[in-house]
Amino acid sequence: MSSSLQSNVSHGDEIRSPKLGFGGWMRWIWSQITSMRTALLLLLLLAVAAIPGSILPQRSADPNGVTTYFQNNPQSAPILDKFQLFDVYTSSWFSSIYLLLFISLVGCVIPRIRHHWDALVSEPIDIPRSLARFPAKKTVSSRKADALELVGSTLKRKRFRVKLTPTGISAEKGYLRETGNLLFHVSLLGVLVSVAVGGATSFSGQRVLVEGDTFVNNLAGYDSFSPGAWFKSESLVPFSVKLDRFQAIFDLKNTTNVGTPLDFRAYVSVKNSANAVSKNSLIRVNYPLEVPGANIYLTGNGYAPVLTFKDADGNVSFSGPVIYMPQDNNYTSLGVIKNADAKPAQYGVLSFFYPTAAKLTTGALTSSYPAPVNPLVSMNVYVGNLGLDSGIPSNAFQLAVHGLKQVAGGKSGTKALVLDTIGQTIALPNGLGTVTWDGLKRYASLDIDYNPAQGWVFGFALAAFLGLAASLLIPRRRVFVKKTETGLELAAMAKNDDPKLDSILESLTESLKVKKK
Amino acid sequence: MTSVVLNPILDGYALYAIYGAMALYTVAFLLFVWHLSRLSAKGKKIQATALPIQRAALGILIAAAAIHGAGAVMRGIAASRVPWANMYEFSISGSFMIVAIFLCAWFVREIRVIAVLVSGFALLVLGAATTVFYVKVKTLMPALQSYWLVIHVTVAVLATAFFNIAAALAVAYILRSWGWLGKSKLPIAQLAKRVLSVFPETKKLELLSYRFNIIGFILWTFTLAAGAIWAERAWHRFWGWDTKEVWTFIIWVIYAGYLHATSTRGWTGVRAAWLSLVGFAAIMFNFTIVNLFFKGLHVYSGLK
Repeated sequence: MSSSLQSNVSHGDEIRSPKLGFGGWMRWIWSQITSMRTALLLLLLLAVAAIPGSILPQRSADPNGVTTYFQNNPQSAPILDKFQLFDVYTSSWFSSIYLLLFISLVGCVIPRIRHHWDALVSEPIDIPRSLARFPAKKTVSSRKADALELVGSTLKRKRFRVKLTPTGISAEKGYLRETGNLLFHVSLLGVLVSVAVGGATSFSGQRVLVEGDTFVNNLAGYDSFSPGAWFKSESLVPFSVKLDRFQAIFDLKNTTNVGTPLDFRAYVSVKNSANAVSKNSLIRVNYPLEVPGANIYLTGNGYAPVLTFKDADGNVSFSGPVIYMPQDNNYTSLGVIKNADAKPAQYGVLSFFYPTAAKLTTGALTSSYPAPVNPLVSMNVYVGNLGLDSGIPSNAFQLAVHGLKQVAGGKSGTKALVLDTIGQTIALPNGLGTVTWDGLKRYASLDIDYNPAQGWVFGFALAAFLGLAASLLIPRRRVFVKKTETGLELAAMAKNDDPKLDSILESLTESLKVKKK
Repeated sequence: MTSVVLNPILDGYALYAIYGAMALYTVAFLLFVWHLSRLSAKGKKIQATALPIQRAALGILIAAAAIHGAGAVMRGIAASRVPWANMYEFSISGSFMIVAIFLCAWFVREIRVIAVLVSGFALLVLGAATTVFYVKVKTLMPALQSYWLVIHVTVAVLATAFFNIAAALAVAYILRSWGWLGKSKLPIAQLAKRVLSVFPETKKLELLSYRFNIIGFILWTFTLAAGAIWAERAWHRFWGWDTKEVWTFIIWVIYAGYLHATSTRGWTGVRAAWLSLVGFAAIMFNFTIVNLFFKGLHVYSGLK
């Protein structure tokens, strides 16, 4: 698995015996798996296998994309799904490639660790009988009796490990190259294990928090929650976060840039445990809030108009802030109200919110700026059974209008309802009662994540990086010096091409000449 | 940040500087071609005229790089941030880095002949940047407001530049080791052979390409790791198989394959060189096709 060294360890290419017993076959298979060629082919295979996950939507990164893909390609999607093409990076075929790669790595690295350890604790190898075939050679005539010792001490100064014998010198440096190489590969293994452990012990949850609301860290506090396999809900630290105020800053000054978000700021009060003192804090994009047992990230924001629905008798059927999902950069937002408690009939509302309402030439409404300069709420009303009592889970942000009767907006004959002033009350059609726009709040979408193995992943990644740099940048060199009748014969070699060899020998002989004076 | 002042007028001047650099790159490119043709011509007398041409070309290349660099800096000042937050800016900064690194490596005599490829490539990238990728100065979206934009992207640009020079050397290496060119009697093959004879010998080209690739690989590894750290801050997870993450990974694995190939019997030489070209093709794919057409979180082209 070396990236640049020709291995000294057998890689199995030599075994070509036609008749093998069971043990022989096993050894042959093992040597094939751990060969450099196999590692190379597995790497290329891994690169190719990763491609489909970037073309097809993946459940992990883009679950809505997968749903849409199934709707648009009802024929091919189930077949692709059978081959796990919407879960490429957890698929059995992708996993088997990288697991084989890591088996190959282990099989290759273990003998090399042993070999390198031997090299580290023992002296440089014996001087070869002939220095004729070395890439760098030099002979120098010297009558000095201590010529060998002089060269030896120069080599030591150059941080070579030196073995001095009466007839010559064997010197070597750059052991760190192989150390780095092994550290890199072992650290990759560490990254893989930490990622796996992290995946099993971590959790990730989402919560949409309207200004004034408080999130308490227990399972009931989450809108959605995905734990790892070994996660235990008792381990949730009971901290709480209250969203005091959400601020979105948009550019008004630069003409080419009007409406571009400059900053999103969630001002929160945090209690690290149920009885702790509340502390003020700020969450921004790129600057998550770190609390014991979790990090809290700001991932989205929008408007939550506060609405009150009353029936014809004045009884309140719904009251509170409604989360509207932004649909464009100017925060034209879509909200859904399912008023299941309304009397005499259930009704649903498909509503748009325009922070700065403007009319298009077609007469349709749009938003021209993301801050609430001229806010407006429009509503389409649908009467009928909302299906909330059937027990089938439904998406809170979607209204299945099929089977419902539209009574306001669209082709219903009645115009869509419009609220353009906060505090305004208007009547609903068909004697359904009234709606009041009480106020306008903002909300923040928060991600609450915890991965206890994150530090390990980072540590191993750092070790891998340092190991890689050492294994590619530090040269490993051997120098041999032989005493001849007229002087010294020097030769040098490196584990890969090394243009500096000649200059090293040059400097060795230079030092000899200087000493002569 | 709560308030930023953009300077579209300065950005206009920056764009003129980029156009000026393109004009000079064109001249430098043509001079380098002329230099190669002189050098590969028959007859010592003609060959002797090559050196002054190369000197002139180098002078113009340096001038082009200086104006190019000034253009990138002005764009950064106009936007009051680093000039690599969208495709246009990444293109002008990245191609500047390629030329700058090449000029720094000019003292390596063997590398000088790829000046044709470097100046031609810079011209091509700037052409695409000004015609296809150009967007007006914009402020940074909150997700990009992080010091990691400086660290992660600078190193990615550097890695790309090193891989680019290595790929240019690999092209020269593959052509020089192509047996057909040596044997063919076709006039075009004869001409190519003469031009290639100016290039360093194959062993030197292979070694130089390897050198640039290992630096590129170390920097790319850093890019990947720094990207993961930033992703944890910005997107609440360090790795999520976003399309850009996938392609960064694919590129890393291809170059890891290349490094293994350089010490695997039967894979050294031309095969390894091809792998290095496949790796660079993946980088270009990642920068263009993935940026523009793939869905993902790294949607920073600024193009609609």
